[in-house]
Amino acid sequence: MRRDYKTYLRRFHEAKWDEEIIFDLSVPGQRGIIVPAAEAQMVEAVGKGSSKIPQGMKRKKLPNLPEVHQMRVNRHFMRLTQEVMGADVTPDLSQGTCTMKYSPKVQEHTAARNENLIDVHPLQDVSTIQGILEIYKKTEEMVCEISGMDAFNFHAGGGAAACYEGACVVRAYHKSRGDDKRDEIITTIFSHPCDAGAPSTAGYKVVTLMPNEDGIPDLEAMKAALSERTAAIFITNPEDTGIFNPRIKEYVDAAHEAGALCYYDQANVNGIMGITRAREVGFDIIHYNLHKTFSSPHGGMGPGCGALGVREFLKPFLPVPRVEKDGEHYYLDYDCPESIGKIRTFMGNAHVVLRTYMWIKQMGAEGIREAAVCSVLNNQYLMKQVSKIKGVEVYYALGKRRIEQCRYSWNKLKEDTGFGTVDVTKRLIDFGMQHYWQSHHPHIVPEPFTLEPTESYSKDDLDEYAAILTEISRECYEEPEVIRSAPHNAPIHAILTDEVDDFDKIAVTWRQWQKRIQAGTMKDA
Amino acid sequence: MSNKTIFPYIPNSVPEIQEAMLKEVGASDVMDLYEEIPKELRVKGMLDLPEPIRDELGIKRHIDKILSKNRNCNEYDNFLGAGCAQHYVPAVCDEIAGRGELLTCYGAETWADHGKYQIFFEYQSMMAELLEMDFLTVPCHCGGQAVSTAFCMSNRITGRKKILVPKTMTPQNLMIAKNYVKSAIEEQALIIEAVEYDPETGEMDLADLRAKLDDKTAAVLIENPNYLGVIESQGEEIGRLAREAGAEFIVYADPITLGVMEAPGNYGATICVGDLHGLGLHLQCGGAQAGYIACRDDMKYMMEFKELVDGVVETTVPGEIGYTVVLMERTHYAMREKGREFTGTQNNLWTAPIAVYLSLMGPKGMQEIGDTIMTKSQYAAMRFSQIPGVKVRFTGTFFKEFVLDYNDTGKTEAEIRQAMLEEKIFSGAALKEDYPELSECALVCVTEMTTMEAVDHMAEALQKAVQG
Amino acid sequence: MHRRPKEVRDVKKIGFLVNPVAGVGGRVGLKGSDGARIQEMAKKLGAVPEASLRALAALQKASGLTDQIVFLTAPGVMGEDVVKQTAFPYEVVGTLPDGATTAEDTIRIAREILESQADLLMFAGGDGTARNVCEAVGMELPVLGIPAGVKIHSAVYAYNTKNAGEALEYFCNESRNRYEEAEVMDIDEEAFRGGTVRAKLYGYMRIPVLHRCMQSVKSGGYSEKEHVAGIAESVVSQMTPGAYYVVGPGTTTIPIMDRLGLPHTLLGMDIVKDGKLIKADAAEKDIYDLTKKGEVYVILTVIGGQGHLFGRGNQQISPRILRAIGRKHCMIVATKSKLLSIAAGRLTVDTGDIELDMELAGYVRIITGYQDSVMFKIES
Repeated sequence: MRRDYKTYLRRFHEAKWDEEIIFDLSVPGQRGIIVPAAEAQMVEAVGKGSSKIPQGMKRKKLPNLPEVHQMRVNRHFMRLTQEVMGADVTPDLSQGTCTMKYSPKVQEHTAARNENLIDVHPLQDVSTIQGILEIYKKTEEMVCEISGMDAFNFHAGGGAAACYEGACVVRAYHKSRGDDKRDEIITTIFSHPCDAGAPSTAGYKVVTLMPNEDGIPDLEAMKAALSERTAAIFITNPEDTGIFNPRIKEYVDAAHEAGALCYYDQANVNGIMGITRAREVGFDIIHYNLHKTFSSPHGGMGPGCGALGVREFLKPFLPVPRVEKDGEHYYLDYDCPESIGKIRTFMGNAHVVLRTYMWIKQMGAEGIREAAVCSVLNNQYLMKQVSKIKGVEVYYALGKRRIEQCRYSWNKLKEDTGFGTVDVTKRLIDFGMQHYWQSHHPHIVPEPFTLEPTESYSKDDLDEYAAILTEISRECYEEPEVIRSAPHNAPIHAILTDEVDDFDKIAVTWRQWQKRIQAGTMKDA
Repeated sequence: MSNKTIFPYIPNSVPEIQEAMLKEVGASDVMDLYEEIPKELRVKGMLDLPEPIRDELGIKRHIDKILSKNRNCNEYDNFLGAGCAQHYVPAVCDEIAGRGELLTCYGAETWADHGKYQIFFEYQSMMAELLEMDFLTVPCHCGGQAVSTAFCMSNRITGRKKILVPKTMTPQNLMIAKNYVKSAIEEQALIIEAVEYDPETGEMDLADLRAKLDDKTAAVLIENPNYLGVIESQGEEIGRLAREAGAEFIVYADPITLGVMEAPGNYGATICVGDLHGLGLHLQCGGAQAGYIACRDDMKYMMEFKELVDGVVETTVPGEIGYTVVLMERTHYAMREKGREFTGTQNNLWTAPIAVYLSLMGPKGMQEIGDTIMTKSQYAAMRFSQIPGVKVRFTGTFFKEFVLDYNDTGKTEAEIRQAMLEEKIFSGAALKEDYPELSECALVCVTEMTTMEAVDHMAEALQKAVQG
Repeated sequence: MHRRPKEVRDVKKIGFLVNPVAGVGGRVGLKGSDGARIQEMAKKLGAVPEASLRALAALQKASGLTDQIVFLTAPGVMGEDVVKQTAFPYEVVGTLPDGATTAEDTIRIAREILESQADLLMFAGGDGTARNVCEAVGMELPVLGIPAGVKIHSAVYAYNTKNAGEALEYFCNESRNRYEEAEVMDIDEEAFRGGTVRAKLYGYMRIPVLHRCMQSVKSGGYSEKEHVAGIAESVVSQMTPGAYYVVGPGTTTIPIMDRLGLPHTLLGMDIVKDGKLIKADAAEKDIYDLTKKGEVYVILTVIGGQGHLFGRGNQQISPRILRAIGRKHCMIVATKSKLLSIAAGRLTVDTGDIELDMELAGYVRIITGYQDSVMFKIES
């Protein structure tokens, strides 16, 4: 019988294994694997290898690693994976700003299993890595078309790393022109925190713009901030609120007029691929999160790929080596005297670039646009449902359409019931949804939550999600005890310690924990 | 029925569903959804992308065909390392790393993703045992990133700006670090200075270190073994000198060596860094690099880490254990631009195969693999150096990599490398670009993967190449 | 491994104090209840003391904690009468003479609660009560206010009565509380009854950081401290030799003086030059005279909530001074969370000189941390 997802509530219970810490599984003498030994003739010829180690560098005491037989190791980690709510098992439409979409298994199987990728060494002779170089170059060409940029680099392992790489390119560019005064960048508070954090690592001072009633910063504020010290603006559009700044071109023009570069953090590009491009707006430098928008699994935060795209005049500053083509052959170009050098060893995460290539190649222009359209349609549909829920409010730009995500607020719920966004997210798991993304800091929208239902989710998924939120809202008003003691069906109960910063209570490793137990500042499990 | 493509990855691409949803949101056409985007900013028509391949079999064949233009390290005998050594990946590592729950998860709350957080904690714990350090975060991008962050940490801790690195430092890491320590405000940049190596042994030149070490030095780095493969036997002495000068002692250690080589924590490292690719990860054309940074149980250091780190805490039910982010305020997530550098998506998935690897290996496994690798590498070096004109360049003890000197063969390193390639051998990495003094030398890597057959094959090929 | 049985949490000692006359003025249309004369007038007008009712409601909200709390309550109408109606154990602290309660009673008993080693002082009242409590306990004892007065400008109060009860619950359930500083504000009552709103900063008290009861999640504790330290660092690094710096009051500006190793005046203006204190607690004239002698910078912070920049708590910076130094010589410092707490999203100035107010309007750069600033709008 088909369920009515608008009302049906799934009776979910996550696996709860009460699994030991691996050290507690250790039985002296057991082993998990037999290590290959050197051939007898070798030993005969040179003796025991480690005997050559100079005395001071010999390990005196073996590392205190657990000794566990193989089946138990496998079972241990299998149990732990069962206590994880990946997008493969739960509709992860709730992690706004993260663009959680389906990562097709055909990509996964190639990226993780094809020996012509996984068993390839990055320093092999260039004639023996033509396949992967072809993938790099063709992917570059495709994302150039999608963005309108002229060149891309795939070295960065994540979006924030690409943003840092971009800040280094900005720095190198101004320096190459002898312009040493520019030591500030401008960003907005609703841009991803890396738009402030990464340039700051590159040594920039950060000026932040706050939103007006429409949720976007005033052009006047931007103009007041711009000066001969501005190196670049680093902004997101749409911002994390899902609001598209329609006057973006004026911002970019104003920045250019002040001699600054314009950096476009395209973490939120999913809803506008094939609809609008960075080039037409006038941006000089952008990044895509290939693991978000172009469908690589997030892996619990990496490995990913931050693809940095630039206009022609910034290409000389990109990291080395660059993948280039000479007639029929691909080669690696290290001869880039103005390059910032490297930000990551070798060529970055080739497996993520490969997945991206496969995804775009499967989707084509029509599919890319369809993905964008459906992600926006999904968002606006879900917004319609969620806005109806008692206790939910939407901030800024009321009545205007959001792009691919929306930041909501439980502030009303909080005023009415005392329960806020943390209370709601605690309860979600009991219905099979792992959590939702609240907001990056600082929380300007009070009691925030941010939903981004990408194109991967069906109408039924959206209806089910809205039904769950509706039910949780009802419970907040009518059955507070259920909410207070949630979660009920997760592997463990809630952890509400906001952060631990007391030295005596910090234990991030087993040995540190044992020390704290000895000292009496922490308890044993 | 329309001719619209129905995409298997886009459930709402079905026209009837789309229409119903459009109606619900008060739009008559999909472009109505974009009314906030000014018309002049919109793409006219379709993007100019290559013809798609929509069927799954088709895309699989297409990609397999492109990748088949690569050669791999199974069909070739591989002696390439240089920061990306090939080690055996136990089956359980792949089994766990490929689990969909882990692969596709992201930032769920501690109670929902409890298993993931426990894996992080176990990864951190086992690495700490290996290193004899106490505090470790989840992995960063690569060894180069780890060492760069260690430099910045040292600067923040000591307030000094000069970093002494060995001339035998991994060149890629040096390149990353040189960019990383720059600043838009020039007086805030750090200065990296190289310490010479002993041309005989390949170890650090202590006289040069003493000459360069002063009260402006924030840190002294050693790699152990260094990029040229040599074990730095003076580690303890270097650490002592560094600490006496008030500088941090950073040790870049290859974790696969630590079953037989002394743990950095036991010879004075104050910050310990390295790359993790050897512990249960595939070569991935360099796409499985991941860095670690560790320190002692000292708040002064712990506060300077840039990554998120999970610590053990009690849940709301007393006695029940969970894991949560500790010292969150350090990172840019909470602090924005004042966080200790930036963090973000890095390499969390790799904590699983690494944790599995260390669990399977245990103390004895790590000891045995160290032994196996060293026996094989010593044998290979002996075998190759029997060939007329071929020498092992340094007298210092090496772990898995060593420098072969072809100067006396009358052949260039490039010629030999090419001849070997024709014999299906990746014979080693060139050193000319980074070490002009080692122009006709190659960096050769031997691991547990290298069979005696492969060593003999290379020896024969080398003999032939040298004679020919 | 076995899980431990549920551990018994420590019993917390919670001081408890009610200003029984707080709020009486409001219901009968008087703007505030300070002063015996007003209270008398209110009674005549038929006001019922409702602070006690609110305080009772707050305690009832936390009624699940009877085994975790011992109240150290003020006697009679000032607390005991309320606690008596609940199941909480309590001890009475201090004595109360017959007759109407006074501000002196609040101050005296709050001090006694402080001396009896309470973990927290919960009090019901309004801005006047907060001022009295502040005078008694200052920053020594964390407090939690139950809003019951006519005027609630001070940041030491919970959102509403129910929230106050919940805040108490969270405080007791949290094994390790952290604290932040909150402003004690009050308006000039005489001027207020005359129809003019003038809020004034009277001091600071410590409140527990109760993320789940407060608006902004990351508003307090550790990070705030680091932000403030970053601001001080930023300001000090921008100081130029020979120039005068007038450092205004506030928890954001005090660390600047600390960073310079100088003493500070809590609610006044201190003048610094070349790292030395030139004058503590300077008057308007002192500052004005300097503008004729050399370059003068004024370092000010924003008053949270209403977003006042000039005209509140810093009247020493007069229109003629502002005219003399110009807007560019005003260094404004504030943490981001403080800026976010400003409801209107913009700052207001009320120097008393309308023309000057207009000139000050526009976007300014506010120093919010180390190498970190925010553009914020000033409206006249």
